[in-house]
Amino acid sequence: MAILVDKNTKVLVQGITGSAGSFHAKQCIAYGTQIVAGVTPNRGGETFEAVDPDGKKVVVPVFDTVAEAVKQTGANTSCIFVPPLGAADSILEAFDSELGLVVCITEGIPVMDMVRVRRSIEGKKGKLVGPNCPGVITPGACKIGIMPGHIHRVGKYGVVSKSGTLTYEAVGQLTALGMGQSTCVGIGGDPVAGLDFVDVLKLFNDDPDTEGVIMIGEIGGNAEERGAEFIGKYMKKPVAGFIAGTTAPPGKRMGHAGAIISGGKGTAKDKIAALEAAGVRVAPTPSDMGTTLKSLIGR
Amino acid sequence: MKIHEYQGKQIFQRYGIPTPKGYVAFTAAEVAEATQKLIEETKIGVVVVKAQIHAGGRGKGGGVKVVKGGAAEAKATAEKLLGMQLITHQTGPEGQKVQRLYVEQGLDIARELYLGLVMDREERRIAVMASTEGGVEIETVAEKTPEKILTEHVDPVIGLGAYQARKLAYALDIGKGTPNPKETISAFVSLLQKLTVLFEKEDCSLCEINPLVVTKAGQVVALDAKINFDDNAAGRHKEWAELMDKAEEDPVELEAKDAGLSYVSLDGDIGCLVNGAGLAMSTMDIIQHVGGSPANFLDVGGGATKDQVKKAFSMILSSPKVKGIFVNIFGGIMKCDVIAEGVVAATKELGLKVPLVVRLEGTNVELGKKILAESGLAIQPADTMSDGAKKIVAAVRAV
Repeated sequence: MAILVDKNTKVLVQGITGSAGSFHAKQCIAYGTQIVAGVTPNRGGETFEAVDPDGKKVVVPVFDTVAEAVKQTGANTSCIFVPPLGAADSILEAFDSELGLVVCITEGIPVMDMVRVRRSIEGKKGKLVGPNCPGVITPGACKIGIMPGHIHRVGKYGVVSKSGTLTYEAVGQLTALGMGQSTCVGIGGDPVAGLDFVDVLKLFNDDPDTEGVIMIGEIGGNAEERGAEFIGKYMKKPVAGFIAGTTAPPGKRMGHAGAIISGGKGTAKDKIAALEAAGVRVAPTPSDMGTTLKSLIGR
Repeated sequence: MKIHEYQGKQIFQRYGIPTPKGYVAFTAAEVAEATQKLIEETKIGVVVVKAQIHAGGRGKGGGVKVVKGGAAEAKATAEKLLGMQLITHQTGPEGQKVQRLYVEQGLDIARELYLGLVMDREERRIAVMASTEGGVEIETVAEKTPEKILTEHVDPVIGLGAYQARKLAYALDIGKGTPNPKETISAFVSLLQKLTVLFEKEDCSLCEINPLVVTKAGQVVALDAKINFDDNAAGRHKEWAELMDKAEEDPVELEAKDAGLSYVSLDGDIGCLVNGAGLAMSTMDIIQHVGGSPANFLDVGGGATKDQVKKAFSMILSSPKVKGIFVNIFGGIMKCDVIAEGVVAATKELGLKVPLVVRLEGTNVELGKKILAESGLAIQPADTMSDGAKKIVAAVRAV
């Protein structure tokens, strides 16, 4: 069952004709994801070709608008590869067509745009993942985003993370330990974004196919602390954690727009303390994320 | 991105936010000239000479001088300020060199207040903060007397409601002791609404007036202006390029930014080249965990080209403090062979005089390893990041 996406998910790709969009749409199709449509304004009527896991050619129609793509193909999920200054508009377009899930990969969207997006999608039923994230994957069923598919295995452990490469790191370790994944969700490193730790932890908590979770946070904001509070109160499954940025200097933005310690708030130390207080076992180094979760299983 | 006070005030003026009259000056002679002009124009004999650096706490650090003796005294003051290393609680111990001054008319100040707009990520809205405790470090107020900071959040669809601005005005008792309190309150409300519009339109991440003053005549004036911009919005603000003062930026970080890399200098001796912000941060963490000390944070990002990787590696190679290098890559979008080619190209040009540990994983890993193996470089391969961190720390200690 997993969460958010499965083999029935029908995906449209906004920005499919761009360089990142076309490269990753091909990779997703090669993984077995049902990419049913592409959207690029003024390119409607074109087609996009790729090869599925069986070596069969897939021809994806391109539309001018999301509304038309949904009408023609029944897509229920969007993956966005539109450049930063146009991406907020693309998210709104996807929500306007009432898609159930919108995954925005784009990095570098102005914060003010995301503030408006969040206000505008308030109360709507669709879910937003990202921006500035690697996407969502349910191994063996559906890969939406830019993560390398081959490191994943089908299984029962969930991963939720602000960082793309650290997610790969965790997945690589789990797979090496023989621990497959139910679903892996990259929530992104921007200060204002869609689903946060609490939202995804809730989904994992309610998912019968997930038996444990790795949660990967980083300095800045207090999403990790809120996640810890949820875990302490409601989480029925073991959670292993990791927080990046123990050595990060205050006041400096560490790559991600949201990864900054400001006014002494958002330090790794505080986050680790909050997680540990909630019963999360925090990995001492990023090389120990997999073994830390393993140590919690079957106790 | 940060800008100077005088640049912030120029933006304020465009939005109709009252500021004192003033002129920017780069030499002592220009300061004298500006002083003369201000005294003639305002008929006020007092001017303030303010050092322009991108850090707060300038007054306390001795960078703001009140001049009552006209142009000659202003010139003498400017001679002392220009070129000095101004040290404040935000500059670090080495301070920041003063190269620009702002000469401003003196005001008859009745009260000093604090006004600050920031992006509140938890509320996902602009937070407007006001306090009666103006002219002091707001961080101290927040820590010691948080109840003295009043906050309103701005709905991005509606903007700041006039009622919200009035709420703050009454809470600050802004009309207290002024000749016409009603007018002063309305001036404050108008200023606050303009400032909120400015924050949104100009893509700010911070907009602070400390102090916001009420003059004895009851006018509300921005005596200071601190604006930070959201770097992500640079693409729709071409004018920012002109506002940037490169003398205020770390030259290495600036070089990295120009190359599309994310770089932060640190104090240690192990250079790091990593893809992904989270992995780059935790690479620093793991180096420290095994007893070493990172020289930098460097995220080459997801879609770096061979040239960008080469540039990144060259920056590390040419840093005199670097005694060892750890390349840690988990390729997703980033392909391991691109990293390997960039590393080899940079070392061919600059040579490799320090130990190098490389850990490659993910997309095209075999190809990447092959390129490195065939380069003939003295590279220690590592299987995991903890293995790599241990190896580089041991190698640096052995030197």
